[in-house]
Amino acid sequence: MLSLRAFQLQRRKYPEMTLKNEDVRNIAQLARLQIDDSTIEQLTSDLSNILALAEQMKAVDTTNVIPMAHPMDAIQRLRDDEVTETDQRDKFQGIAPDVENGFYRVPKVIE
Amino acid sequence: MVTTIKQIQRGLAQKKFSSVEITQQFLDRIDSHNPTINCFITVTGELALQQAKSADLVIAKGEARALTGIPIAHKDIFCTDGIKTSCASRMLDNFIAPYDATIIEKFKLDGAVMLGKTNMDEFAMGSSSENSYYGPVANPWDMERVPGGSSGGSAAAVAASLAPAATGTDTGGSIRQPAALCGISGIKPTYGRVSRYGMIAFGSSLDQGGPLARSAEDCAILLQTMAGFDPRDSTSIDRAVPDYSEQLNADIKGLKIGLPKELFAEGLDADIAKVIETAIQEYRRLGAEVVDIQLPNSNLAIPVYYVVAPAECSSNLSRFDGVRFGHRCDNPNDLEDLYKRSRAEGFGDEVKRRIMIGTYVLSAGYYDAYYLKAQQLRRLIKQDYEKAFEQVDVILCPVTPEVAFKQGAKTDDPVSMYLQDIYTLSLNLAGLPGMSIPAGFSQQLPVGMQLIGNYFDESRLLNVAHQFQQVTDWHLKTPEVG
Repeated sequence: MLSLRAFQLQRRKYPEMTLKNEDVRNIAQLARLQIDDSTIEQLTSDLSNILALAEQMKAVDTTNVIPMAHPMDAIQRLRDDEVTETDQRDKFQGIAPDVENGFYRVPKVIE
Repeated sequence: MVTTIKQIQRGLAQKKFSSVEITQQFLDRIDSHNPTINCFITVTGELALQQAKSADLVIAKGEARALTGIPIAHKDIFCTDGIKTSCASRMLDNFIAPYDATIIEKFKLDGAVMLGKTNMDEFAMGSSSENSYYGPVANPWDMERVPGGSSGGSAAAVAASLAPAATGTDTGGSIRQPAALCGISGIKPTYGRVSRYGMIAFGSSLDQGGPLARSAEDCAILLQTMAGFDPRDSTSIDRAVPDYSEQLNADIKGLKIGLPKELFAEGLDADIAKVIETAIQEYRRLGAEVVDIQLPNSNLAIPVYYVVAPAECSSNLSRFDGVRFGHRCDNPNDLEDLYKRSRAEGFGDEVKRRIMIGTYVLSAGYYDAYYLKAQQLRRLIKQDYEKAFEQVDVILCPVTPEVAFKQGAKTDDPVSMYLQDIYTLSLNLAGLPGMSIPAGFSQQLPVGMQLIGNYFDESRLLNVAHQFQQVTDWHLKTPEVG
C-alpha cells in the first residue's frame, strides 16, 4: 500500500543506515566536495535517512529482470564521423575563470 | 488583464493591441510583483521590447507565426545565448550561456518574446523552489507558502499573471507539482519528445522540458513549438509531431479512464480526494467510462527514483569543476583544492546531498545493490503501466498528497520533501507523458489533478484536459495579487 505512513514506518524500521562520519568523508572525497567538520553529523544523518528509503528495494525479487536504462530501450544513435561543430574557442573561453593563450589555467599539477 | 495565449493571439491578429503594448503590460506587472513573489531571476525587459517591436513589424506584414509577439518566460535551466543562465545556483551565477538551447531557438523561430528567466530549485532538485541561491519563490495564492518545485518560478509567474505562459522541466514532477500547487496547467511530455539540448542536465534518463500555462489549449500551442526530433540530443526520438490543437475538441464519450487504487490510498489528504472524486464525476458526465486499475509496484517509485536520479545527477554535475566555466574558489592550493572548494562553495546543500548519494550508489561494491537493482525495478514499474494501458486510454490520479505547504515546513527533513513527489515520480521512471490541471480548491488553495497517457499520446492528454476545462472554470481562477 502506497502511503506516507508506510514510508514513515519504513524509516523507523531502518532508524540508522550503516553510514558513519568516515564513510561520508570518503564519499565527499570521491565527489570532490570539501566538507566542513561542523556539518558532518547532520550530513551523515541526512544521507543515512535517504539511503534508508532505498532499502525498500530489497524486498522485491528481481531475478531475471533486465535493467532498464532507457524508457523505450533505445540504443545510441550513431552519425558519420565528420566535423559538424564550428570553432568557437574564444566565445567559450570568454566565460572561463582563467585562460592564457587559448588554454584553461589551473594550479600547477606536475613539478 | 488578458492572460491566455489564445486571447493574446486573437488580440494581436485583430490589432486590439500591439506586441509592444502587451509585453509592456507584463513587464509592468513583473516590476510590481516580482519583488514579493521572487519568481524571476533575470528579467530581460529591454530584449523583450526589442523582440516585441520586431514582432509587430512581422505582424503588420501579415507574416505572423504561431507565437509571433507573444511574451513568455523561460525556466533558468535553459541556455539562452548571451543571457545569464544560472540554474538558481551560485555555481552558475556568473554563467552567460554561449548558445541557445534547442527549445529557445524554436521559440525564437516561432516569434515568441522572452520576458526573462524564472527562479527554481537549484539544478531542478527540489519540490518547493526554496533551494535557490536567489531566495525562495512565494506562492501567489498565499505568499507564506511554497509554489512547488522545481519549476516554481515558472508556475508562480503564470499564476500571478506576470507571464501568460512559461517553460519548465520535469524530472520527477517538476512541471506537474508546481502547476498543481499554483492552480495552472502543465504537461510533461514523453521522454524524448522535447529536445534536451541546452537544458542543463540533472537526471538525463528522466528529464523532459514542457510548458506551464493557463489552459490545456495554451499547453497544446506551446508544445507544438517545443516538440520534435533534434539530432543534437542523442536521446531525442525521431517521430513525427502531430497537430496538438487538432484533437482538442474531440468527443471523449467512451474514453476509458483508469483509477490506480494504489494512488488513492492512505496518505492522500481527504479534501484532495474529494476534489478528485468530483472531477471523476465530471468525466462520467462527459461520457467517459471509469475503470479500476492496479499499479502494484508504485510503492517502489520513491526508493527507485532516489537512487536513479542522484546517480545521474552525480555524473552530470561532475562537469562543474571550476575550470572551464562557473564558480572558481579564490587562491586554490592545488588542483584538487580547486575542485573541492569550488564545488563546495558553488553548490547548495540539497545538490550536495544528491551528488553524494549518487556517488555512493555508483561506487564499487554498492553499484549492484543500489543502481542495478533500481534499474531492474524501473522495468517493473514500466511494465505495470504497459498492462494498465492495455485496459484504459488515460490514467487519472492526484498530483500531490497535500496542498501547498508553508515555506520552511520541510526544509530540515530532506526525506519529507521527497515524499511530496509520491504520485509524480513513477511516470518519469517509465518515460510516460503526464499532465496536471486545476480541479478545485482546498483551504482556499488550488488542487491539481493528474492525467497520465501512453507513450506519445500527448494529443489525447491535451484533449482530455481541454474537455474538462470546457465544462469547469477552475483553470480560470486567479489569485488576488493586486
